[in-house]
Amino acid sequence: MNVPEGLFYTKEHEWVKIDGNQAKMGISDHAQHELGDITFVELPAQQTQCEQFKQIATIESVKAASDIYAPLSGKVTAVNNKVVENPELVNQSPYEQGWLLAIELTEESQIENLMDADAYKNYLKESL
Amino acid sequence: MKTKKTPLFEQHNKLGAKCAPFGGWLMPIQYEGIISEHQWTRNNCSVFDICHMGEFLIKADALPSKLDKILTQNLVNMPLKTCRYGFMLNDNAGIIDDVIIYRIEQDKWMLVVNAATSSADFEHLEKNLAKDNVKIEDISNTLAKLDLQGPLSRDVLVEIAGEGILKLDYYTFDYFKVLGENIIISRTGYTGELGFELYISNDKVIALWNLLLKNKTVKPAGLGARDTLRLEVCYPLYGQDINSTTTPLEAGLAGFVDMNKDFSGKKALGKKQEQGLVKKLCCFETDSRRAPRHDYEIFSNNRKVGVVTSGSYSPSLGCGIGMGYIETQFSDIGTEIILQHENVKINAKVVKRPFYKKGSLRI
Repeated sequence: MNVPEGLFYTKEHEWVKIDGNQAKMGISDHAQHELGDITFVELPAQQTQCEQFKQIATIESVKAASDIYAPLSGKVTAVNNKVVENPELVNQSPYEQGWLLAIELTEESQIENLMDADAYKNYLKESL
Repeated sequence: MKTKKTPLFEQHNKLGAKCAPFGGWLMPIQYEGIISEHQWTRNNCSVFDICHMGEFLIKADALPSKLDKILTQNLVNMPLKTCRYGFMLNDNAGIIDDVIIYRIEQDKWMLVVNAATSSADFEHLEKNLAKDNVKIEDISNTLAKLDLQGPLSRDVLVEIAGEGILKLDYYTFDYFKVLGENIIISRTGYTGELGFELYISNDKVIALWNLLLKNKTVKPAGLGARDTLRLEVCYPLYGQDINSTTTPLEAGLAGFVDMNKDFSGKKALGKKQEQGLVKKLCCFETDSRRAPRHDYEIFSNNRKVGVVTSGSYSPSLGCGIGMGYIETQFSDIGTEIILQHENVKINAKVVKRPFYKKGSLRI
């Protein structure tokens, strides 16, 4: 499974790329692989306030519906409407074209609650 | 109970399948992906490992026998080497199982039953047939089953089993020499496409699986695609859309019940027919890509009027589709309904069955 360096990860298999106070997020390669063909994505409206580890979006695959959790608290500043029209982008390119939304983060210290690439790789190994 | 594995389990691993438990068996859910397997079956030909299903051989001397009384289909007038889809009902007309009946000889039958209900079915048959000079044998442990489905399946099978395949009409079967064994091949299936079901001994099934996959038009498909394929043509899944508390009438399957003969559950079924149906199994489409799911509640005008039994994204239609029981007065075609689960609300509309109308089933 592809686990790019420089990103942070959650136990629920979201990734987040932090640039100043902007955080872009999506689901990991492992998550898209586990879900299988993604058929539907529901994203929040811009300006929605989100809380770390609380539900912020929904993804459905052929088999099931899954909640997606915010990796950090803040305000939604951008959503990727391309994945709403073409949910398969999340399968094809989970870290690039398949990103879900961007958050303006409010509490930088929350980053400590996330895993870096090495920690996430170990987490995946342990959960096998 | 320990999860069982079919003789093809290692083959599935080699093909990189994702496996999960189904009906007491560890079964391949998908290989490449559910949607691509679904599309491949609609356009080409797929092979499915269906070894989990149960098969009983029944020798019933005279007709009408007690076997005929256990099943809703008429066995007496069934021609040799044909199949019929029917039910075993309980005293309340609830469905114990849906089965395919094969008439092998004048007094010899094969019953193909669901994996999860197999042992209960066998008990039910034994209990009701024991005193009737009927021999019943569970051959599930030695007999394997492969489904070959898709518009190209006939061409593929002709190469393996000979031109006799061309003579098989819908819901008929015959014996064919394959890999040195005389095997039953029936023109039946669960996808809405032209297709066949092959019954071969466990010893030969790996060889047959690999022989079929040598043909470049054949790809393996898992139970995930099998589920979306059957849902698009509104075939019921036992345990979800039908069970021991639902009747064939409510499920819209009265065509597989012969009310001109006697069978267990007939009295209760007749009574329900007289009283009129309280609920009906309906088909509905959503207004988005969002899918109905099993157990979502169905609302009309803020009142709960039903429950979803099966649902999925439809690869052929590009929207969510589902089936579920809805109170009769809200079951008309075109009725707008709302599917709800926690904070999810989906707009949907009752539509005519089947969802997918272009299947190659009868070509």
